[in-house]
Amino acid sequence: MSATATELRPVPQIAAHEVEGPRPTKKWVEWVTTTDHKKIGIMYLVLTFVFFMLGGVEALLMRLQLSVPNNTLLSGERYNELLTMHGTTMIFLFVVPVMAGFGNYFVPLMIGARDMAFPRLNAMSFWLLLFGGIVFYCTLFWNPPEAGWWSYPPLSSIGFSPSGGQDAWIFLIHITGISSLLGAINLYATIVNMRAPGMSWGRLPLFVWAILVYAILLIVALPVVAAAVTMLLTDRHFHTHFFDPTFHGSPVLWQHLFWFFGHPEVYIMILPGFGMISEVIPVFSRKPIFGYKAIAAATAVIAFLATLVWAHHMFAAPVPIVVLGFFMLSSFLIGVPTGVKIFNWIATLWRGSIVMTTSLYFAVGFIAIFTIGGITGIFLAVFPVDWQLNDTYFVVAHFHYVLMGGAVFSIFAGLYYWFPKITGRMMNETLGKASFWVMFIGFNMTFFVQHALGLSGMPRRIYTYGPGLGWSTYNLISTIGSFILGAGILMTIVNVARSLKVGKVAGPDPWKGNTLEWFTTSPPPPNNFDVIPRVRSLEPMRDIRREVERQTGVRQKTGGSEQFAKV
Amino acid sequence: MRPAATRRRIAVIALASAAAASLLTASPALANFLTPKSGGSPNANEIDSLYKIVLYIAAVVFAIVLGTLLYSVIKFRAKKGAVAAQIHGNTRLEIGWTVAAALILVALTVVTFIKVPGIINPPNSNAGIVLSASTTEPTPPNGQRLTVCIQGRQYIWRYTYGAGCLKNYFTAKLPYSYTTMVVPVGETVVLDIQASDVIHSWWVPSLGGKVDAVPGYTTYTWFKALHTGLFHGQCAQLCGRDHAAMIAFVKVVSAADYQTWLTQQQQQISSANDQVGQLRSYLSQNGQI
Repeated sequence: MSATATELRPVPQIAAHEVEGPRPTKKWVEWVTTTDHKKIGIMYLVLTFVFFMLGGVEALLMRLQLSVPNNTLLSGERYNELLTMHGTTMIFLFVVPVMAGFGNYFVPLMIGARDMAFPRLNAMSFWLLLFGGIVFYCTLFWNPPEAGWWSYPPLSSIGFSPSGGQDAWIFLIHITGISSLLGAINLYATIVNMRAPGMSWGRLPLFVWAILVYAILLIVALPVVAAAVTMLLTDRHFHTHFFDPTFHGSPVLWQHLFWFFGHPEVYIMILPGFGMISEVIPVFSRKPIFGYKAIAAATAVIAFLATLVWAHHMFAAPVPIVVLGFFMLSSFLIGVPTGVKIFNWIATLWRGSIVMTTSLYFAVGFIAIFTIGGITGIFLAVFPVDWQLNDTYFVVAHFHYVLMGGAVFSIFAGLYYWFPKITGRMMNETLGKASFWVMFIGFNMTFFVQHALGLSGMPRRIYTYGPGLGWSTYNLISTIGSFILGAGILMTIVNVARSLKVGKVAGPDPWKGNTLEWFTTSPPPPNNFDVIPRVRSLEPMRDIRREVERQTGVRQKTGGSEQFAKV
Repeated sequence: MRPAATRRRIAVIALASAAAASLLTASPALANFLTPKSGGSPNANEIDSLYKIVLYIAAVVFAIVLGTLLYSVIKFRAKKGAVAAQIHGNTRLEIGWTVAAALILVALTVVTFIKVPGIINPPNSNAGIVLSASTTEPTPPNGQRLTVCIQGRQYIWRYTYGAGCLKNYFTAKLPYSYTTMVVPVGETVVLDIQASDVIHSWWVPSLGGKVDAVPGYTTYTWFKALHTGLFHGQCAQLCGRDHAAMIAFVKVVSAADYQTWLTQQQQQISSANDQVGQLRSYLSQNGQI
């Protein structure tokens, strides 16, 4: 270390080294026994992407079956198994935990902490997720569940779903639920207690805000579904009758309990994505985020309202009309903070100096797609309109616009943004942009026509349909689109695999970011930071660059056009 | 990065092909691209017109949002010497668009509540049709309607015709049919919907919205067929492996044809019942049952 050690260094040299005894020599032992939030984060990301692939293959199989009328590729039984596996996988094994993965890796880095609050608990969350996934996927060798991801009784009761697949589904909810709960408590404790000096709530990066609210929502919602599936389990095996109408139980009770969890779950999946977008857009617009407080507040308001909208999934169920009116209004209300976020993102781009990286392509694509998903959500909130659209392909299109176009595109924006930090190497931008366009076109081709399918009367979850109903053309377009979408995703996976080996070395701060994760090396050392700077604003890295400029007189690159001419 | 001209050309090609694709798919050969099915019954038509109001508002909002987004992304690309405006926010603007978004939703709420009565309250039947009456379900103002009880079961719909079909259809020997419901045109048909095993959902798009058939509950809806014809629908709630096969047809015929069909159906049912009765007594006489 030089004599100027007291000066602010943009890139800390790693002064601290291992404090423990000799590490195990075998690499896999190191991974299995690790409590490092970054390693756990990487394992989360890899595992959830494996599940994403599995869920994707299941989706493609379903699309193949539906490509032409009266197709016999799959039986009704296989099809129902696939739709159950697909929904459950994507929600419980991909989108929710992938956000935990990003949160694990980046929350401590962004708040200037050296690890999570409870590192061993953190490892436990990950391993529970893996085992939950294994329990669930083992059913492939016996009888997979086939009652859909929301498993409405009586269809999911022992009389109509006697196989153990349904029980495996229940255990999946329990095990991944405990995993998510532990993770949520950990993230909450970390964010509340371990922020860098000076990082007040008003200087918390928006991704961290989103993860904080994600954690709170998980803590609120998961116990409810845990109770519900336990009741289902006792109904199935221990002669209780919570949901059994022949003993004055009620199938509608399950719907209330399930959706009380199920709708917050939607925001659990999308809020961290919003957070990523709120990080990516200001960095590549070279502008501060527009309306920081409004975005943070909107996140909290969305979370609060998310617990009050569940019955909009039940507009066709036996529910009094007054209740329908209430849930229509509350669902409308949630459109306001969501709209505010979209306006703020666009206002952040406005008059910026926009650097079109792949990450920003995905972020902008996200805004476009999510806007459609949000608007169709308003259609569905109008309960008389929902009587026509509920349980049709219109709904399928709507929530794929929100979760596939919304969550997945934001995950890809985050992936392209943070890959250099995780691996120390840049992804290939040309391949990345190609991947974006193929995904964007494939996505819209797959799902836009599904609105039309629903409007022309095609219910969801049917494994086949007759010719002459006006559905054949749309279905064929949708199937072709789904394979294009799949190809686009594959291009990013190839990009990841390739960039790991041959990617350009990134350096600590390739994008000229705003937040503290860019203050350390890429990948960061096990202890993350040697020195944790005092945070003076929402954009500590900007302050540091300015400070370095002031002290050394050397102009720091801003990451504007000159920085990205060749990226 | 590619030169700007190439980029623009790509954008133009993409836009043009998207426009062509949407024109193609919007051709009349593929109906119901943008609006739900309707035309069979007043409630379906009301839902359709409510949907269209939402659609128009949504289209305007979407055009503004997407237009601004595309404009910013194209207009504010990093250029040599360009400096990003360091704006942190604008309270007045932010309050403005929050209020604007809320106002749109208030307008939608008002429109919805204006439309709701026409969707949930059945109108009177046309004059001159034979009717049955009872008082349990939602009724048209003069009480004149045809009640049909629908029972969903894996994987078929059963219809029982006439008042009291929920309670004494067996003793009253009410006529029934499966899969295809036959109703007279111009008459308000009130549907009492039940399920005997798992949850199903009654839905014939042209005749109105869907209603879940939940075991342990009775749900209601209605339609009033505006013209004769055959309407297709099917179960909308996953009910098991053959969910896709749970088709429903509603055959709307003239009042006279309906009476003929009803008599015929009743005769067939009673003759089938007689045959079963004869078989049963034959078998029991021979000690086989």
